Amino acid sequence: MISGNRSNLWKIISWVTASLLVLPIIVMLMSGLSATTELFSHLWDTVLPTYIINTLYLAIIVGLLSTLFGVVSAAIITQTNVYAKNILRWLLMLPLAMPAYLVAYLYTDLFDYAGPVQRYLRGFFGWESPSDYWFFDIRTIFGAGVVISLVLFPYVYMLARTAFELQDKNLHRASRLLGFNTFQTFYKVSLPLARPAIAIAVSLVLMETLADFATVQYFAVNTLTTAVYDTWLGYGDLSAANALASILMLMVFFVVLFEQKARMKQRHQSNRPTRGSQVILLSTFKQILASSFCWALVFLGFLLPFLLLILMAYEYASLDQLEALISTGVNSLELSFYTATLTTLIALILVLYKRLHQDKLRGVPVNLAGFGYAIPGTVLAMAMLATFGPLDNFINELALKVGIDEPGLILSGTIFAIVFAFIVRFSAIANGTLTSGVEQISQSIDLAPPSLGVGQFKSILKVHIPMLKSSLFIAWLLVFVEAMKELPAVLLLRPFNFDTLSTQIYQLISDERLEQGAIGAILIVAFGLIPIIWLNKNEDKV
Amino acid sequence: MFKRTITIATFIACFTASAAQEVNVYSYRQPFLVEPLFQKFTDKTGVKVNVVFAKKGMAERLKREGKHSPADVLLTTDISRLVELQDKDLLQPVNSSDIKQAIPAQYRSADNTWFALTTRVRNIYSAKRLGKIDFNYEDLAKPEWKGRVCTRSGKHPYNVALVASMIAQHGEVKTLAWLEGVKNNLARKPQGNDRGQVQAINQKLCDVALGNSYYFGNMLKDEKQKVWADSVYINFPNQSNRGAHVNISGIAMAKFSPNADNAKALIEFLVSAPAQQMYAETNMEYPVRQNVKASELVSSWGEFSADTLPLETIAKHRKTALMLLDKSLFDL
Repeated sequence: MISGNRSNLWKIISWVTASLLVLPIIVMLMSGLSATTELFSHLWDTVLPTYIINTLYLAIIVGLLSTLFGVVSAAIITQTNVYAKNILRWLLMLPLAMPAYLVAYLYTDLFDYAGPVQRYLRGFFGWESPSDYWFFDIRTIFGAGVVISLVLFPYVYMLARTAFELQDKNLHRASRLLGFNTFQTFYKVSLPLARPAIAIAVSLVLMETLADFATVQYFAVNTLTTAVYDTWLGYGDLSAANALASILMLMVFFVVLFEQKARMKQRHQSNRPTRGSQVILLSTFKQILASSFCWALVFLGFLLPFLLLILMAYEYASLDQLEALISTGVNSLELSFYTATLTTLIALILVLYKRLHQDKLRGVPVNLAGFGYAIPGTVLAMAMLATFGPLDNFINELALKVGIDEPGLILSGTIFAIVFAFIVRFSAIANGTLTSGVEQISQSIDLAPPSLGVGQFKSILKVHIPMLKSSLFIAWLLVFVEAMKELPAVLLLRPFNFDTLSTQIYQLISDERLEQGAIGAILIVAFGLIPIIWLNKNEDKV
Repeated sequence: MFKRTITIATFIACFTASAAQEVNVYSYRQPFLVEPLFQKFTDKTGVKVNVVFAKKGMAERLKREGKHSPADVLLTTDISRLVELQDKDLLQPVNSSDIKQAIPAQYRSADNTWFALTTRVRNIYSAKRLGKIDFNYEDLAKPEWKGRVCTRSGKHPYNVALVASMIAQHGEVKTLAWLEGVKNNLARKPQGNDRGQVQAINQKLCDVALGNSYYFGNMLKDEKQKVWADSVYINFPNQSNRGAHVNISGIAMAKFSPNADNAKALIEFLVSAPAQQMYAETNMEYPVRQNVKASELVSSWGEFSADTLPLETIAKHRKTALMLLDKSLFDL
């Protein structure tokens, strides 16, 4: 364990970083406190109850479906001899690269009454009006829940898969020896052992769902974020909007609490992933079932929307569009790279602080740092302006007094604000991934190096970080991909003449011309794919 | 890495701070619409135009930036955004006799803080299969249209402005009843965008829909969407009484504009006849300058009379409009 001066330094760094990340949220909550009750009671009497019920309903659907999709596919990949396993293994990660708002836009368009699918069916069967046949209504909470789950389930899949793979296979053998069949072994041994990882992943998915605005909007579903936007942009009451956003925070607080309670008593001392363990041999029927399940997820979560984008690009794109996209693409890459690297580094510091220190409150910084994920990007952007705007003004006043040129808005008016907002928003992802990774490391390993007389920092560098390598890569990758897709914070905080791929696509979508943004959308997905594929290739090495 | 971030941040900061013959625009309007105009302006004056495009939160950003804000000019769609900026005291008046002469009084603020650049009608589209019909907005609540009306979200700024104009005309009680009537007549929950409603008419899901005028022109220009547009008539409502509801895209100068002269020059340029011509052509809108004609296609939809109530007055009912939309559970 860590002690001494360096330990204190670590402690201070952890607390200061966490406080900085939570600062904009506090500024937001403070502003919420000054909200007037008049608008609230109006909302409460009219639309708010429905919004809250919709939000809960959506969270439940997404929670259940993403768990189902993620855990079952992870189990199939790790425990069976499903056909084309090595390809499916990484194909199942691809939906991550798809921005949810984009898939929502494409799917509502595709499956809508006036969309091509239903139009074709009507033409084929000679139906005339909606009363002639039944077709699922895509613009419902359920439709939104399915689509959100389809793009977010890879979180659950990735963390569950890693957890399954790191399990001590001797436990499985023991279970089999005790007379349990393969299904019972999975249910009684593998699943409970993977539960912490699954809980973390599902809580991440839920946070993203709660913060979502653009996606549900395409489904014409009104949730709490709708209320946040209505009060702010419609009624022009930012304080009330912040107060509503605090309700979202409260929900997240419960999600985090639930997640931690759920796995509090779990501690695994044994961690000896043994290679060459037995896989379940599937019968032909089960083989077909398992394959269809995985391929359906890959198809609906990635291939179909990607294909639609390619078709659009083929129809509408021109070469000069591509040229214009290069500089915006570089901006996107740069932002995502900074964000992913800094966020992962911060997460490593906070997670190891929690793991290796003795302080009673050692778990607080990592939890604090994770709250930003549930704040809608635009609301977070407002909080950034509220936090750094005054600071900028102070700096400028100071400069005037000292007699040097005013530096301008160096904090709130530059990419500093964007990267900061991204870190606040995506810390939960990196924290969760690393926490899940750390928990797979046996506690005895923490104790081994000191008992052998090896220094603490050396032991972290030589033992923990190598053991966490795979989690570190996954964390970096997830944040990178999310930063690539993130829209509202960039949109509002960017400096002049600064575009990213997502802002460019947004501009076209908001003019109802996604077709012309198809190439940009493909680039976002492609840039997201690069690290996923790279990770897959190097997985065995890391 | 962090060091590099800071270097780049400072670089950008320095870049935006050095004000050599440039003008900074916060724009709600899409770049593709305004960039050709800015290019013309730069060619003519040598002043470089820097743009940030965003919809949500621009007013808030401006407010937070306070007197150090680099913004000179604000370019928006929808009257409500302009009035919001005006209400938050983020604008400064621009005194120009040329602008005043060119723009009808109902389309600019009384205190000269904002001006319309283009206008657009909130039309009622109707299926061609029904034949020509004279509509009033009030008709959409009539029982004969039960299950036949489509619209995008009631909370969309274009619909909110329409509801505000109904309140200005009929008062709160009647407008709420109207909203409830329209909601009862909806063929489906409010969803999608304005073009989507025309598509729904084309697919016989509904017979009438609310939609802005320029979408009609833009659909006619699009190969795929032309089919949708061809299946509807574009109707100018309330022609036998107060006239059709018109919204605007507009412009204003920021209160702490660091390049005020360039800002004024840009505004005057955008109101000038050649720019107005160009602006109207690119997005199928109506030019606000009185002696400039709309594009050939837009003109072919016919003359119409517009509601003459100043937009400033209509915008005052915005908040009430939102409350009524909540009350009628219009979107739920």
